[in-house]
Amino acid sequence: MHRRNLLGGTAAVAAAPFHARAQAPTIRIGVLTDMSGPYRDPTGPGSAICAEQAVTEFTGRGLNVEVLRADHQNRPDVGANIARQWYDQGVDVVLDVPTSSVALAVAGIAREKNKVFLNSGGASSDLTGAACSPNTVHWTYDTYMLARSTGGTLARRGGDSWYFITADYTFGHALQRDVSRFVEDAGGRVLGAARYPFPNTTDFSSFLIQAQASRAKVLGLANAGTDTANCIKQAREFGLTRNMKIAGLLLSMMEVHSLGLDVAQGLLLTETFYWNTNDRTRAFTARVRPRLPNGWPPAQVQAGCYSATLHYLKAVADLGAAAARADGAATVARMKAMPTDDDAFGPGLIRPDGRKIHPAYLWEVKPPAQSRGAWDYYNLAATTPAEDAFRPLAEGGCPLVTRS
Amino acid sequence: MDFFGIPAPLLFGQLLLGLINGAFYALLSLGLAVIFGMLNVINFTHGAQFMMGAFAAWMLLNYFGIGYWGALILAPIIVGITGIILERLMIAKLYKLDHLYGLLLTFGLGLIIEGLFRNEFGSSGMPYRIPAELQGAWDLGFMFMPIYRGWVVLVAFFACLATWLVIEKTKIGSYLRAATENPALVQAFGINVPRMMTLTYGAGVALAAFAGVLAAPIYSVNPQMGSNLIIIVFAVVVIGGMGSILGSVLTGFGLGVIEGLTKVFYPEASSTVIFVVMAIVLLARPAGLFGRA
Repeated sequence: MHRRNLLGGTAAVAAAPFHARAQAPTIRIGVLTDMSGPYRDPTGPGSAICAEQAVTEFTGRGLNVEVLRADHQNRPDVGANIARQWYDQGVDVVLDVPTSSVALAVAGIAREKNKVFLNSGGASSDLTGAACSPNTVHWTYDTYMLARSTGGTLARRGGDSWYFITADYTFGHALQRDVSRFVEDAGGRVLGAARYPFPNTTDFSSFLIQAQASRAKVLGLANAGTDTANCIKQAREFGLTRNMKIAGLLLSMMEVHSLGLDVAQGLLLTETFYWNTNDRTRAFTARVRPRLPNGWPPAQVQAGCYSATLHYLKAVADLGAAAARADGAATVARMKAMPTDDDAFGPGLIRPDGRKIHPAYLWEVKPPAQSRGAWDYYNLAATTPAEDAFRPLAEGGCPLVTRS
Repeated sequence: MDFFGIPAPLLFGQLLLGLINGAFYALLSLGLAVIFGMLNVINFTHGAQFMMGAFAAWMLLNYFGIGYWGALILAPIIVGITGIILERLMIAKLYKLDHLYGLLLTFGLGLIIEGLFRNEFGSSGMPYRIPAELQGAWDLGFMFMPIYRGWVVLVAFFACLATWLVIEKTKIGSYLRAATENPALVQAFGINVPRMMTLTYGAGVALAAFAGVLAAPIYSVNPQMGSNLIIIVFAVVVIGGMGSILGSVLTGFGLGVIEGLTKVFYPEASSTVIFVVMAIVLLARPAGLFGRA
């Protein structure tokens, strides 16, 4: 439907000046994201702007970097086409890619063409599991980490029976699967799940009534974006909150903002980046915020795009631009060999399976009275240290790990 | 008592919810049917105008402090006026051409309007609360029924009834119906047909905006809220018979129920089932259930 963005993206590639070849080669980063759908606010233009922020902060070291952007409309066919075209026309990195089904498609193409795929917005833990690749780095979060932090905590706090409302595609399935494991490990049971068509579902009342009838203690929302916001809003309306706890398994600051604190207060959610965490995150936010749409602070996926771009550029500078452009897998290998450090995520590392490692924070949404200003939304409830936050290396089933 | 393994209370609940969703389908397809019946234009901007209604309610509250009840009246008027401007400036120029041109124009306009709102407000939406008078819920025994949803069904039913009465039982309605059949003749009797068409378009758009205000407290008020609904609503209009007022209302409620039942038995198919029905109806009765061939 939104062809104009697709055309815009390709036009940008076609018009990209190739005359720079004579001097230092130009590194091209293509931000492939949701510019027009339910995931636009937590990813979208903000992701591209954060990538540009990383480029701005990095320049002056002899690299020419160009950032492109395109809309994949959350459709794997559209996303795969743009990625293929970009890679063929000299783009070195595809960045962001929310919507796991699109992300998995792009990961395959990056590997086939030996380019780089830096994933921030896609959540399926399969990206560093069964579908891991020497050309992919998975940056901000994944379904396993979210499941462990939000799902595991609620299960341990007495939430021993669950009902899921699940977006019917790769991401929803992966999230439900990963959470179910933690629930069952804690001795709990999954009583049922309703899988709804994604996208284009706006009324969740039918599924909420089914959830209510299951008499489960916890309602697990294995979805994201406006779907999650609609589920929470309607769950309050139908009185589910009287006897059920709601677990928004991929709930971001943007949805909390759209719900309003009076509806969202008390919800538990997991984010690896929140602008008001510490001095470094606040410093990063102060630098990038004036450029972001509506002057909103950066969301975690957008911060992930900044952090991933910065680290990638460090590896390129280390390897030499020409060598980095020639071999995507070698660039990713260099990224894995170097420790990461930036204002948004602090120090960290990238594991052999392509998983970026950093702490996971469990947040509780503040009641309106506690909020001391715009976007002051969270209290820290728990921190999972970096080494425990993600799926253990041996359990992912990534072929790269067994080989090394 | 069970039906096909589903406990009866759960099934009743789902039927009721289906009816509630059907109310939205009916209200939206009604506006479309009115516009198509009188103007012969397939108004693809309808989804965007539904969304504008919800945003108008949000803006009235946040910029002018006018609450839900005021918005219920003001938002349809404001959005209806934008519709009238749109009709005068652009759509009126296409009446003599094939349907396809009107469809393309309104489709493009819908995308543009949606894009403008997305640039201004982002995609995740704005909070809009249920008015204090309609908060809370009734315990029906088999389900927990939010008062607001009951209100939506009631209001939608009366809005549909009123529209039907105006078109079928009043003098203005008879002019409108006559103008559809033979505009030249009606004009010869001294009735300003172009102005009547403009007002009809405005009224159809106002109905969409009215549905938007009703939807604002239930769904998150976001720019794509209309495009999620519009395709389904078009299927409703096609099944009911293009241009048939009664057809679109009955089909709206009926398909809401069918969709609701699908959500119980096989939720994965809930967005597809309406199109399956549409395909079957088109094969059996190409003019739709209530349409004139």
